[in-house]
Amino acid sequence: MTPEQISRRLQDRFADAVRAADASGLHPHAVVEPGRWVEVARFLRDDADLAMDFLRSISGVDYPEDGKLVSVYDLISTRHGHAFAIKVEAPRDNPHTPSVCDVWPAADWHEREAFDLLGIVYDGHPRLTRILLPDDWAGYPLRKDYEFPREYHGIPCSTETNQERPLH
Amino acid sequence: MSWIENRFEEGVIVTSLDWALNWARRSSLWPMTFGLACCAIEMMATGASRFDLDRFGAGAFRATPRQSDLMIVAGTVTYKMASRLKRLYHQMPDPKYVMAMGACTVGGGPYFIHGYHVVKGVDLVVPVDIYVPGCPPRPESLMEGLMRLQDKIANQTIARRRLEPAKN
Ligand code: SF4
Repeated sequence: MTPEQISRRLQDRFADAVRAADASGLHPHAVVEPGRWVEVARFLRDDADLAMDFLRSISGVDYPEDGKLVSVYDLISTRHGHAFAIKVEAPRDNPHTPSVCDVWPAADWHEREAFDLLGIVYDGHPRLTRILLPDDWAGYPLRKDYEFPREYHGIPCSTETNQERPLH
Repeated sequence: MSWIENRFEEGVIVTSLDWALNWARRSSLWPMTFGLACCAIEMMATGASRFDLDRFGAGAFRATPRQSDLMIVAGTVTYKMASRLKRLYHQMPDPKYVMAMGACTVGGGPYFIHGYHVVKGVDLVVPVDIYVPGCPPRPESLMEGLMRLQDKIANQTIARRRLEPAKN
């Protein structure tokens, strides 16, 4: 199916859940209501014409001026060879998005990564902990307003060029 | 520091013993297999047949810190890795040497300003004997660094150090 057909099909089936769709351009996508996202995901996977059986990646995007944290799900169908993306938005001050771990098992680590670096909380994830950074790390580094740590377990993190070096 | 160090005054016997000890130490360095990022590829190339680190007696990379006396920190040291690095360093038997290979370990390298996760120089964590700059350094640079380390070892002495006059 072409991106236009996919987005039309989604809008016909979930008129109230699909908020905006852009099937033109380089990255065809639809914006889906967070409350209906798992339902839409199941439809995308199980519908015979769509058959989006492969979740390629989840990218987290921070939009501080809109106050939003967006998860972008890039899906492809290995059966039909078409691709489409879904965006799910969450408010920046309380970012919650339903987890699609049960739909695509690949979402497990991707969601943990987005949680680790952007702090998006995926409700329903079996074990939502940090995946790359140490467990005791403070803050979410890929947010635009992230402040670098000044010190981590006794190691100075200053980026001054003329900093003092410790004598061992 | 071993039991023999710092016990004798400098003299003919001590300097001859020095020469023999240092010859043995510098001609048979045992580096640890410790590749952290892209620099490790160059380190492997240096150890392989074309550049042949074995010519300098330092070609047998050990897979455990307890059998090695040279840590070539080849790659990006993250804050998460820093605690492991420190532990590995403390597990190495004396005398031990550390070589910082590449811009990342010398001072943060390409991650100096925007890498929230990269230690700005491995000398903030463990004492460093030789710095080999480059991103990554060519095998020739690494061998040059090794030869400079051998020079450094050749100048060690077991003689008691003269006390420095008190500073006022
Ligand atoms: S110095 Fe360059 S080549 Fe070496 S680990 Fe850092 S980025 Fe990679």
